[in-house]
Amino acid sequence: MKLVLNVNGSDRMLELEDRTSLLDALRDGVGLKGTHAGCEHGVCGTCTVLLDGEAVRSCLMLAAQAEGHAVTTIEGVTPGPGELSIVQDSFVETHGMQCGYCTPGMVLTAIALLRDNPAPTRDEIVEAISGNLCRCTGYGQIVEAIALAAERLQRSNTP
Amino acid sequence: MKPAPFEYIRAESVLQAQEWLAADPEARVIAGGQTLMPMLAMRLVRPTRVIDIAGIAGLDEIAVTAELVTFGAMVRQVTVERSAAVAQALPLLAKAIRYVGHPPTRRRGTIGGSVANADPAAEIALVAVTLGAEVLTTADGFSARDFFLAPMTTALPAGAMVTGLRFPRVTAARRGTGFAEVAMRQGDYAMAAAACELVLGAGGEVASLRIGIGGATPVPVLLDLAEPTREAIAAALAPLEMMHDPNAGAGYRRRAALALAMQALDEAQREVMA
Ligand SMILES: Cc1cc2nc3c(=O)[nH]c(=O)nc-3n(C[C@@H](O)[C@H](O)[C@H](O)COP(=O)(O)OP(=O)(O)OC[C@H]3O[C@@H](n4cnc5c(N)ncnc54)[C@H](O)[C@@H]3O)c2cc1C
Ligand code: FES
Ligand code: FES
Repeated sequence: MKLVLNVNGSDRMLELEDRTSLLDALRDGVGLKGTHAGCEHGVCGTCTVLLDGEAVRSCLMLAAQAEGHAVTTIEGVTPGPGELSIVQDSFVETHGMQCGYCTPGMVLTAIALLRDNPAPTRDEIVEAISGNLCRCTGYGQIVEAIALAAERLQRSNTP
Repeated sequence: MKPAPFEYIRAESVLQAQEWLAADPEARVIAGGQTLMPMLAMRLVRPTRVIDIAGIAGLDEIAVTAELVTFGAMVRQVTVERSAAVAQALPLLAKAIRYVGHPPTRRRGTIGGSVANADPAAEIALVAVTLGAEVLTTADGFSARDFFLAPMTTALPAGAMVTGLRFPRVTAARRGTGFAEVAMRQGDYAMAAAACELVLGAGGEVASLRIGIGGATPVPVLLDLAEPTREAIAAALAPLEMMHDPNAGAGYRRRAALALAMQALDEAQREVMA
């Protein structure tokens, strides 16, 4: 089928098989490999993207279901080439990653959380990332990264 | 790409979806896709056509009247979670919805998909059975108690689809609710869960007590209770068939169901007294 996906602000015309997931469409159709494929059946959260600003799992959607919605991937959250957003920068600073496999999903989940809830409690952060698995860090520094990002976002006037 | 090939089509009305379903027994509805997509990826299902019902006008509405609260099948779980009207009219569902998966799965997952899927651990189904909800379909309406037949099996006739879920509304001032479950991790399917609604009459007497069990039993069960005591709950649980798997045996589930029912009851009692 032919479809148009709005990814990181631009419309992309794609020709895909009907059964293509949004995850595969982003990685193989659009060529953005920042959205990671982990379990491909909804368990790990590494494929998380933003759909109209809210976190969803791209492996649990058909590409066709995303038509007419705004998709944001990890490539779309930086202010400019070579720069990092505040949330990404906070992950670097607190060492909120080791292998980095879970990181795009964690960062996008954090961005969605902080948009709704600019000052989350530790419990709220833990609940927000409860669907994202990390096999390396033990989560401690990821929670710290999100708390640091919240603090910085509140003090900054750029997103 | 993991699923077997299929054709994706968007239904514009319930009638059209129903016609497509009736014409092809191998066609399937996709609502939120949070269960269907994994099933497709694992090739547990190989439909010929996947019918997207997300674009059907009106299917994503919540209607609250003096007597009823009606959810269209496409109402997203996150909409229920964020609805002030639901929190006020159906506090038990508002509590339970937070246990359904994780925030991103609730963003996509729907009321109708959860009901049609009939997972024994589904919290929405448990609340539906506990509160005596009605499952609305393109065929008949079914009381939730009669709709869930076995794990992943419902009374939905072939070719029909679920169009909504309707709850009776309790407006009594003195009402308390409680919800408790145990799962391997937060957001996982419950090994046992309990939901409770307690309504007191004007004189403080128990006007209605409902305790439902899910996760432990093959389908959610409303306990037959004479009084709000541990002994009565244990007696009501005794004859029920419990599921078992390597993580949680039948004995564990029965004990967990009792403990969780007591927790839910306690929460409801504290709420009604406050
Ligand atoms: C990681 C993870 C954790 C989860 N944890 C829980 C949990 O703790 N508790 C819980 O209850 N659920 C849980 N779920 C499942 C829940 O997220 C789903 O939302 C729900 O089971 C199905 O709803 P859906 O709208 O996504 O349906 P879909 O996946 O679209 O459909 C599910 C099935 O129902 C059929 N169907 C859907 N809508 C209709 C309709 N209107 N009429 C007829 N048939 C229909 C489909 O054909 C399909 O067979 C979890 C899912 C994931 C991925
Ligand atoms: S790849 Fe999507 S949840 Fe694991
Ligand atoms: S950093 Fe390796 S999985 Fe999270």
